[in-house]
Amino acid sequence: MAPVSDQPQPGSSQDAMSYSVSPKRKWFGTFMTVLVTGCALLLALPLFSILWTVISRGAPSFSLDLFTQLPPPPLMKGGGFGNAIVGSLIVLGIAALISVPFGVMAAIFVSEFARGTKFANFVRFGINVLSGVPSIIMGLFAYGVVVLATGSFSALAGGIALAILMVPIVERTAEEGLKSVPMETRQGAIGVGATNFQTIIQIVLPAALPSIATGVTLSLARASGETAPLLITALFNQYYAKGVLEPIATLPVLIYNFAGAPYKNQQALAWAASLLLVMLILVVSIIARSLSRRQTFG
Amino acid sequence: MSSSTIYESSGAANKSVATARLIDRIFFGLTCAFAVSIAVILLWITASLFSIAYPAIAKYGLGFITASRWSPVEDLYGALPQIYGTIMSSFIALLIAVPLGVGVAIFLSEDFLPAKIRTPVAFVIELLAAVPSVVYGLWGIFVLVPAIKPFLEGIYRTFGWIPLFSTAPDIRGLFQASLVLGIMISPIIIAISRDALMSLPPQLRQGSLALGATRWETILKVLLPAALSGIIGAVMLALGRALGETMAAAMLIGNAPRISASVFDPASTIASLIANQFAEASGLQLSSLLYTGLILMLLTLTVNILAEVVISRFQQIE
Repeated sequence: MAPVSDQPQPGSSQDAMSYSVSPKRKWFGTFMTVLVTGCALLLALPLFSILWTVISRGAPSFSLDLFTQLPPPPLMKGGGFGNAIVGSLIVLGIAALISVPFGVMAAIFVSEFARGTKFANFVRFGINVLSGVPSIIMGLFAYGVVVLATGSFSALAGGIALAILMVPIVERTAEEGLKSVPMETRQGAIGVGATNFQTIIQIVLPAALPSIATGVTLSLARASGETAPLLITALFNQYYAKGVLEPIATLPVLIYNFAGAPYKNQQALAWAASLLLVMLILVVSIIARSLSRRQTFG
Repeated sequence: MSSSTIYESSGAANKSVATARLIDRIFFGLTCAFAVSIAVILLWITASLFSIAYPAIAKYGLGFITASRWSPVEDLYGALPQIYGTIMSSFIALLIAVPLGVGVAIFLSEDFLPAKIRTPVAFVIELLAAVPSVVYGLWGIFVLVPAIKPFLEGIYRTFGWIPLFSTAPDIRGLFQASLVLGIMISPIIIAISRDALMSLPPQLRQGSLALGATRWETILKVLLPAALSGIIGAVMLALGRALGETMAAAMLIGNAPRISASVFDPASTIASLIANQFAEASGLQLSSLLYTGLILMLLTLTVNILAEVVISRFQQIE
């Protein structure tokens, strides 16, 4: 190696091996480090602000009444949103009943029967694109195929809109779970004489169950906060819905309606509903995380 | 065992094999049908939107996109203000979210934080992405915008002579909605950009450092360009989300169907328009709303398919 002119003087033997960058480059590095740290802090601010306000404004009006009473009319005190809680559960139930079979069956097809084929790629592409379609479009679709056909805004329409939203999430996680089951497991089952159906239903699917459960819970967490599609399909109901073909109250739509209301009590209920919803999503996300850690193989 | 039982049992076995085969076939067909139906549901969605929107499409044609008057009273519909509002609010949201998101992605992919803290931070970001948009809207109306309003008013007083800031800011307006949108979409940018940065081969960093580059020279001149397609994909996915986001816009943008030069003025987006007017709409208004829905779908599909292509190219490089 040729000696470089700006090497340290031989006098300082300790520094002979070290080479420091010019102050300009050093300062630039420090500046950028401060900048990205600032970005992180700046973005942490809204998160903690959201969590803090939802808790501090929602908690005071938390009581048993919330779960049992009906939404109050303007200028009335008290009240709750029992009908919206029940409504959200019904709509989510319908959505899960539709999306889970669809998602899991499609995942079985892509992972077990068509792995690596062009057709699997086509299905994959369709699902990716579907997951990018805005949720309000799902609402418009459910309006077109359910509300117009049955003549009424309904829980069923809301459930179908949410189901289309959930299918890509369920399919993706189920497919990942199925693919993580080692090939040897299938070969073993086929080797002792099982058919494809038996292999998949009795061997592969149980092994992939934690992933599928993760996908279902994640998709439920996502769907439980969706407002836009419900706004134009399930609408709202001041009372408990008598059937799935009637308009039904849900938590997100209640938050939206009461957020725009000029009455203090209704706004307080909106915050309480937000707290309930955020807690629900937090709990469900944590469940999903702990489920995904329970890998059977891996 | 006598020979007859063997015959019988093998006959039964043949039968059960035949049923097993049949079940197998049915099962295959069923999974195939479900998979195909998911893949083609997009077509069904488009077709059903189109059929309801048809009266408006037949009446206005493509002029719908450039007509700027949306007036249910006169039964006259044009979607230009909403299209403008949709694109403008998403653009401002990206202006906020891209620098912040990429910055945080760098922050989290480097070792600025000890590994022990990084995992909970990643979880917190996931949580930020999981908070329902209606809660963001609520928070925006009652907390964020009141908090930054003095600052916005300061901008108005100082730079009011620029048309962009020429009106006094209120709680609801284009910029106010875009700000909340920007906060909402940054977790998407962070998550995907961070993945792209972390999946780069370590040799890139080692080589760059060995040549004498500092950490930040490595990040800016080697790592970011190498992860660029992943980051662009992230930004486009976030854009797709912002274009279609309904609640934050419906609650904060003010829903005024007009185009204003000032970003503090109320505006309207396609999604907020649908959310606001859908329940009471009928006839031509309903068709026109569906028509705007089709336009929105087309916009987001284009953006998302481009994002898919960009990200898949990035995966190939990897």
